[in-house]
Amino acid sequence: MSYLEQNIRTIPTGLSKVLYFNWPLALLLTAVASTGFLMLYSVSGGDIHRWAQPQIIRFCLGMGVMIFMAFIPINFWREISGIAYLAGIAMLLAVPYIGQTRGGAQRWIDLKFMTLQPSELMKVGVVMALALYYDWLDERRVSRPLWVAIPIALILLPTFLVLGQPDLGTALLITAGGAIMMFIAGVSLWYFGVAFLSIALLLTGVFASKGTEYQMLKDYQYKRIETFMDPSSDPLGSGYHITQSKIALGSGGLTGRGFMQGTQQRLNFLPEKHTDFIFTTLGEEFGFVGGIVLLVLYGLILIFCYVSALSNRDRYGSLVTIGVGTTFFFYFAVNMSMVMGLAPVVGVPLPLVSYGGSAMMVLLMAFGLVQSAHVHRPR
Amino acid sequence: MKRPVKPARLRKLLTRRTIFLAGLQAGIIGTLGVQMRRIAVEQNQSFRLLAEENRVNIRLIPPVRGLIFDRLGKPLAYNEPNYKIDMVREQSGDPEAVLRRLATIIPITEDGIKAALEEMSKRRGFVPVTVAEDLDWEHIAAVSANAPALPGITPELGHYRIYPQADDFAHIIGFVGPVSDYDLSQIDDDDPLLLIPRFQIGKNGIERRIELPLRGKSGIKRIEVNAIGRVMRVLGREESHPGANVQLTIDNRLQRYAMERLGDNSAAAVVMDVRNGDILALASAPSFDPNKFVRGISTTDWTALNTDDHKPMLNKTVTGTYPPGSTYKLVTALAALKGGFVTPKDKVYCGGYTEIYNRRFHCWRRGGHGKVDLHNSLKQSCDVYYYEISQDVGIENISEMAKELGIGVQHDLELPAVREGLAPTKQWKKLRKDADWVIGDTLNASIGQGFVLASPMQLAVMAARVGSGTKISPRLVNAVDNRPNPVKGREPLDIDVEHLNAVRSGMFGVVNERGGTAGGSAIRHKGWEMAGKTGTSQVRFITKEERARGVTRNEDLPWERRDHALFVAYAPADNPRFSISVVVEHGGGGSSVAAPIARDIMLTALELAEDMDYRALPTDARAARSQPDDKA
Repeated sequence: MSYLEQNIRTIPTGLSKVLYFNWPLALLLTAVASTGFLMLYSVSGGDIHRWAQPQIIRFCLGMGVMIFMAFIPINFWREISGIAYLAGIAMLLAVPYIGQTRGGAQRWIDLKFMTLQPSELMKVGVVMALALYYDWLDERRVSRPLWVAIPIALILLPTFLVLGQPDLGTALLITAGGAIMMFIAGVSLWYFGVAFLSIALLLTGVFASKGTEYQMLKDYQYKRIETFMDPSSDPLGSGYHITQSKIALGSGGLTGRGFMQGTQQRLNFLPEKHTDFIFTTLGEEFGFVGGIVLLVLYGLILIFCYVSALSNRDRYGSLVTIGVGTTFFFYFAVNMSMVMGLAPVVGVPLPLVSYGGSAMMVLLMAFGLVQSAHVHRPR
Repeated sequence: MKRPVKPARLRKLLTRRTIFLAGLQAGIIGTLGVQMRRIAVEQNQSFRLLAEENRVNIRLIPPVRGLIFDRLGKPLAYNEPNYKIDMVREQSGDPEAVLRRLATIIPITEDGIKAALEEMSKRRGFVPVTVAEDLDWEHIAAVSANAPALPGITPELGHYRIYPQADDFAHIIGFVGPVSDYDLSQIDDDDPLLLIPRFQIGKNGIERRIELPLRGKSGIKRIEVNAIGRVMRVLGREESHPGANVQLTIDNRLQRYAMERLGDNSAAAVVMDVRNGDILALASAPSFDPNKFVRGISTTDWTALNTDDHKPMLNKTVTGTYPPGSTYKLVTALAALKGGFVTPKDKVYCGGYTEIYNRRFHCWRRGGHGKVDLHNSLKQSCDVYYYEISQDVGIENISEMAKELGIGVQHDLELPAVREGLAPTKQWKKLRKDADWVIGDTLNASIGQGFVLASPMQLAVMAARVGSGTKISPRLVNAVDNRPNPVKGREPLDIDVEHLNAVRSGMFGVVNERGGTAGGSAIRHKGWEMAGKTGTSQVRFITKEERARGVTRNEDLPWERRDHALFVAYAPADNPRFSISVVVEHGGGGSSVAAPIARDIMLTALELAEDMDYRALPTDARAARSQPDDKA
């Protein structure tokens, strides 16, 4: 049996692909999303039409897209990776002209049936482009300066476009996601060392210059940075969010007040109670136990992604899977840290739980890639 | 097409680095779990408390102020609902824009907007400030309907204090007004109600002196609020206790008549029931409208009130003190009789003046009265009689008698600034003037001039005590919250009845006999005859040169230098029921100006006396008390 024959035999075709799905992963995604439906129902005070129902419809739609994408061979996705990246860049460039402004930031494009956030799409776009790049790149060139500079450019272009919207949180996530891709692809650790060091030096320099005649930023800019780093210095601004969200989380205790029994979110103390701060409702109503259950579900999703990636001998497939998993990780880790007062407040939703179409669609499409890679992996 | 699988070196690297990455992520997830445990489990108690505080807000329910009635149950002060608009600066975003929007719905003037903005800038951001008052229900409905466009705006229901008798009771009832910072610094009262913006407290009169019972006790409402302070539901409430009702001894009909009779004069009149001390009228003219103060008096009105030389703001009945003039002869006469220095039959020769140490003390009648006894000395108000006897009696005895009759002592009335008057003694002059008492001072004091000062209320008390022979004390408040105010001073005076009768006969002569100084003011109705004493007190010193030129006639003097006209009396003479005092500032003569006024008021009092007995607080008055309102 030739090498080629074996490959053809082990890669499923037609409807039999269904059997090779990563079903546990799909089940976990559904479980997390269901937690979100419950929370949205509770936050709306028992009004299913307000948030829960649209969210359920979008999730079903997203699952359909994911399954559809899983049927399409991974090679197809590999081929269009570059196009996907360029399309994302084009949309980011178009946002200032045709985008909608909400809450002081211009991030949305109206597609009539839903509004799309190109910056969300770009998170996956960067992952796909870098996976394609490292799949194509010759092994010996991975750590050569010129071949390191190209992916950096691929990361920084969308980062700056997103920063201009302005959306600091997404920009940081894109950069971090891209850096992880480079790390996984095998770029020499020296580059990472140097990058860390220079960022540290720059930050130290900026802050050390404060108050001297070489001061690099204006006073109010320092003030903004300080508020960003330490929300409690601005008790009515972002500090208010953090304090209120900690109060809600903390009042839950070990097992919480019970479903629909939370008081803080219903009384509107929590800002963005149905989007970025929905985790506080979970904490208040289901307590520490509820939070840990969600955290475990998220962890299991990561484990299934990484196990799939490591068992996949197709480099593009594993790189995309790890990239999607890491992006997913960044979403929930940053959101939870923010809600629990460990990180500054940046607008990052809790993946699959927060109310919102763009993030959910993009994530399920990304998991469609992961499923496709899983189904079509050479064994 | 199938690409060849990449060489093994990179695969191993990928596996290694993925495992490292997964480990890192597991560590972060663990940290999140630990932090969650710290917040939710370890700090649960404190956060639970904070959550409770977040949710529950305590609001005061202001009590409805007690009502004030006269003795017949006629309301003198009550409350009317006042729809108003409050605004909280920090909830409104741009206060000026919100106010302009509000002005399109309800009537607010440009000045009103400015005043509201200024007050808001002075107070802390979360304190509600009243931006409009006295609105119709339609306006409130319109504001409620437009609530989303008017952040920080809440319609409230308050109460206005109404004084239906307006000017007639201004000095007695006083008025209420918003608590000022000055008030807060002056009163030792930690009632949280005082911190409510524009909370009304008594500023003058009864409203001020009986503030605490009238105010009532605030209730508490525990409400659940959301982050912007909107009330979600009421968790529980403890009702407020409305203020106590106060009933006065004043008869509104007599009071109104007295005010009318005093007219444009700068004058005071007090009518008292000699049997129990009830003050039936306490009139001070001119007066003012207390309702203007409740709604905030305009600068023009305020300046007018303060620059008027007739002093409308002053309660002349208790705060104004005057030299009592010849009305004080009752005191000197009783002191002389009590000390045995004269008998009623003893006669003194009046040649028009008494000369002591080369100084002449003139009688009001230049030619003198000839030989006068006690009866005639009162009837004709002979000064020389008193100049002579007072030298034997001495100032100490006179002042002691004055205090016995209620002059120079503090009376316990529920009014602010009740003056003590002055019955001077040698020690007083030493202490206050740093000078020795001279005999001339005694002579002046004997006819109620010099240092002697008495308020119209004290003069009425004096007449009541002489008439009744008891130490009766004035009583203004009949009952607070239906608890009666006891009558004080039913015990007899420390004076022989015969001595009293001698003076009473003189007072009867003043009004009812030929040659009496108040002969023109007699009450002819049988059994209602009045016994009284006139007084004309100088407010200027007549120099020798002036006297040589011929004393200027009173009418030719500028108003503020004319004599005060006084009259005290009781009636009916044989069975005293009421006493009265009338003081007309710079009015001229007691007999020509004060006595006719007193006669008319006394006559009215006697006419009303038929049904002037007490009535219990009418039941409908209690029903008129409006219910405390929920400010939701």
